[in-house]
Amino acid sequence: MADVTSVPSQAVRAARHARRIAAQDRFATGVLTAIVGLVLAVLVAIVGYILVNGAGKLFDVSFLTSKPEQFRAGGGIGPELFNSFYLLVLTLVISVPVSLGAAVFLAEYAPDNAATTVAKTAIETLSSLPSIVVGLFGFLFFVLQCGWGFSILSGSLALTMFNIPILVRTIQQALEAVPRTQRDAGLALGLTKWETTIHVLLPAAMPAIVTGVVLSAGRVFGEAAALIYTAGQSAPALDFLNFDLTSASCPWNVFRPAETLAVHIWKINSEGVVPDLEAVSNGTAAVLMVCILAFNLLARWAGKAIARRLTAE
Amino acid sequence: MPKHRLERCGLTVTGACVALVTVLVVTLIVMVASHGLATFANDGIAVGDFLLGTTWNPHQADANGNPTVGALPMICGSFAVTILSTVIALPIAIGSAIFVVEVAPGFGRRVFQPLIELLVGIPSVVYGLIGLSVVVAWTRSWSGSTGYGILSASIVLAVMVLPTVTSLSIDALASVPHEYREGSYALGCTRWQTIWNVVLRSATPSLMTATILGMTRAFGESLAVQMVIGNSAQIPGSLLTPASTLTSVLTMGMGNEAMGTVYNDVLWSLALLLMAMSLVFILIIHLIGGRGAVRHG
Amino acid sequence: MSDDRVTPVLETRGCTVSYDLTHEALHPVDLSFEQGGTTALIGPSGCGKSTFLRCLNLMNREIPRCRVGGDILYHGENVNSTDVDTFELRKSIGMVFQQPTPFRKSIRENVLFAPKRHGVTDKAVLDELLETSLRRAAIWDEVKDKLSRSALALSGGQQQRLCIARTLAMRPDVVLLDEPCSALDPISTFSVEETIRDMAADGICVVIVTHNMEQAARVSDRTAFFYMGQMVECGPTERLFASPADSRLEDYLTGRFG
Repeated sequence: MADVTSVPSQAVRAARHARRIAAQDRFATGVLTAIVGLVLAVLVAIVGYILVNGAGKLFDVSFLTSKPEQFRAGGGIGPELFNSFYLLVLTLVISVPVSLGAAVFLAEYAPDNAATTVAKTAIETLSSLPSIVVGLFGFLFFVLQCGWGFSILSGSLALTMFNIPILVRTIQQALEAVPRTQRDAGLALGLTKWETTIHVLLPAAMPAIVTGVVLSAGRVFGEAAALIYTAGQSAPALDFLNFDLTSASCPWNVFRPAETLAVHIWKINSEGVVPDLEAVSNGTAAVLMVCILAFNLLARWAGKAIARRLTAE
Repeated sequence: MPKHRLERCGLTVTGACVALVTVLVVTLIVMVASHGLATFANDGIAVGDFLLGTTWNPHQADANGNPTVGALPMICGSFAVTILSTVIALPIAIGSAIFVVEVAPGFGRRVFQPLIELLVGIPSVVYGLIGLSVVVAWTRSWSGSTGYGILSASIVLAVMVLPTVTSLSIDALASVPHEYREGSYALGCTRWQTIWNVVLRSATPSLMTATILGMTRAFGESLAVQMVIGNSAQIPGSLLTPASTLTSVLTMGMGNEAMGTVYNDVLWSLALLLMAMSLVFILIIHLIGGRGAVRHG
Repeated sequence: MSDDRVTPVLETRGCTVSYDLTHEALHPVDLSFEQGGTTALIGPSGCGKSTFLRCLNLMNREIPRCRVGGDILYHGENVNSTDVDTFELRKSIGMVFQQPTPFRKSIRENVLFAPKRHGVTDKAVLDELLETSLRRAAIWDEVKDKLSRSALALSGGQQQRLCIARTLAMRPDVVLLDEPCSALDPISTFSVEETIRDMAADGICVVIVTHNMEQAARVSDRTAFFYMGQMVECGPTERLFASPADSRLEDYLTGRFG
C-alpha cells in the first residue's frame, strides 16, 4: 500500500522539479538577454550622443581648419587635427619596428632563461602601468633629462612606450598562431630562423598583425593622459608653407609643442574659459569618434583584404 | 651572407629591441621610484604621515613645521572608484560574456565582439566628456548635490572597463573545453545548470584575471575620472561629495609645481604609489595563474 | 676491409636522445643508410622512430632541452657537434613531414624559395630546377598551368607531393620522410609511394617512418623496428616480415599491439 502511494508522489515531485529547473533556465536566459540589450543600448547611446551633438561642427570646414581660440567663441581645431595625425604617424614609425623585433625575439628566439623572464615581466609591467605614469616618465626623461621640452618628439616617444606592449602582445600572438609545422618546414630546408620568420611566418601572420596595428593606432590616436606632460597643452598656429624645421609654426618641426584632439577636449574642459565650450568639445569629440570608427573599419577591412590576397595568389 | 652570420644578425637585432624595451621599463621604474622616495629621504616626511595622513595641503605646514601631505584621501578615493566600478561592471560583463558564448555564439562573433572592440577604442576623454555632460547632470538632478563625486566617477569607469572585462571574460568562457558542457548535458542538466555548475566553475581563475585587469585599468585611469570626481582632496564622506584620486591629483598638480619643491616630490610619491599598485595587480594575476595551473594539473 | 665496403651515406653510432638531461627517449641506436636504399622505420606510436628520424638532420636541436648524444656520421664525418653547419647539412638531408606544409606562396615560389635563399639566382637554372623537381615528384602535369597560383589551393595529396618537390629542389642525397602518407587518401598515397621508389632509383638515400606495415613492405628494401625507445631489430624488409627474430616484432606484426 505504501509503495502505491509513494510512487505517484515521487513522479509528481520529479515533474515539479523539472518544471522548476526549466523555469530557472528560461529566467536566466531572459536576464542574460536583458544584460546584452543594456550593453548594446549603452554603446549606441554613447556613439549616437557624440555624433549627434557634434554633427553641427563635424561638417564645418572652418572648425576643422581654423586655429583654436582661448577666450572667444568660434575657435577651431585645425592644428590639433594635424598634430594628432602627425604624432600617430611618428609613433607608429617608431613603435612598429621595435615591437616587431621584440615580438619576433620572444616568439622565435627567446632562450628559456632568466633574461627572457625579466624581459617578459618588463613588457607586462609596461602594459599594466597607468598611462599617466608613462606620461610622467616621459616628462622626466624626454622633456627634462633629454631637454626636448614639451614637443612632438617627447610626445611620440611617450606614446611609443604606451603602444609597445600592446603591439608586442598582438604580434607575438599572431606569430604563435602560425602552426609549428611551418617553422619545421623552413628549418628543414636549411634556412635560418631569421629567413623562416621573415619569409614564411610573418607573411602568414600578416593579416592579424595589420589588424592589430590599426586597432592600436586607434588607441594611440585617442590617448591623452600620456601626452599632457610630454607633447604639451598648447598648439601654436601652423603655417604649412613654412619649411624652416626650427620654427614653431613649421608643422613638421618635431621640437614644437603639439596639443592633440584628445588633449584639447580635456584642457578646455578643465580650464572652462572658452565661451562655446560645449560646442567645441562636442565637435572635437565627434571628430575623434569618426576617426576611431574609421580606424576600426579599416582594421577589419585591411586584415581581410590581406588574408584574401595571400591565399588567392 | 653566410647562414650562421645571418642567424646571429637576426638574433642580435631582435634581441636589441627587447633589450631596449626592458632598459626603458627599468629606467622608468628607477626614475619614478627615486623621485617618489625623495619625499621621505630629502624632505623628512615620514612614510606613515604620507600614507595615513588625512589632510592634503602641501602648501601649509603642520604643527611640526612639515608640509601636510596626507595621501589617505586620494588612496581612499582611488580604491573606492575602483571597487565600485568593478562591482557595477562585473555582473554585466560576465552576463554578456555568458550570453555570447553559451546562448548566441554566432551573434557574439559577428556583432557583439566587434562592437565591444569599438567600445575599447573610444578615448577616455570622450568618456570623461559624456560623464561630465550626462552622468554628472543626471546625478545632480536627483540627489541635490553637485553631481561630482565617487558615484559619477564609478559609473563612468564602469562603462570604461566594461569592454575590457567583457572581452577577457568571453575568452575565458570560450576556452572551457566543449567536452565539459557535453558531459553536463549528457547528465540531463539544463543550459543554466551547465553554465552555473560547470562552465563558470572551471573558468573561475581566468574570470578573476579578467576582473583584476579591469581593476588595473580603473585604478590607473586619470583624465575621465578627473573630469567628473570634483577634485576635492578630502576623505569622501559619501558617494555624492566631491573627492579625488591619486591619478586626478597628479593630473592637476604636476604642471603647476616646479621640480624639486616638496609639493612636487610628494606628487612623485603619489606616482610611485600608483606604479606600486599596478605591480601588485600584476603579482595577483600571476598568483591566480599559478594557482589555476596547479589546480588543473 | 675498407675495399669491399662502401662508406654509408649516413650512419649513427650510439645515437641517443634525452629530454631535460634525465629522461632518455631513445636508447643507443646503431644504423647505417646507403645510397639508393630505402629504409623503413616501423613501430607503435611513441616508440622513438620519429625522434630518431629527427636526429638525422639535427632537427631535434630546435627543441628546447632536447639533447642528442652519440655520433651521426654523414659521409663518414660526425655532424653531431656544435661546429657543424646545420644549414648546409639540411640542404643535403631533406625532410618531408606528416602534414603537408606548403608555405603561403605560389607553387613556383614554394619550390624555388629555398634554392633562392641558398644563393641560386640564374633564372634559367631556377626554371629548369622548378620543372625537374616537380616532374620527379610526379606533380608537374597537374600544376604546370598554374605555377603562380597559391599552393594552398591544391589538394592534400598534391600539397604533399609539392613538399617533396620542394625538398628535391635542393638536390639532396638523403630524404627523410616522417609518415608522409598518414594524412592522405589511397590514390595520393599511391603516387607518393611511386615518387619514393623513383627517388631511390635516382640514387637518393631514403629513410621513411611509417606506421603502415604494408607501406613499409611496398617501398623499402630494409626495415628497422623500434619499440619503447629502442631499435629492436633491423634487416632486409622481406626477411624481417617473413621471419622476425625478436618476439616483440612478431607480436607487433601479428597485431597483438600497436
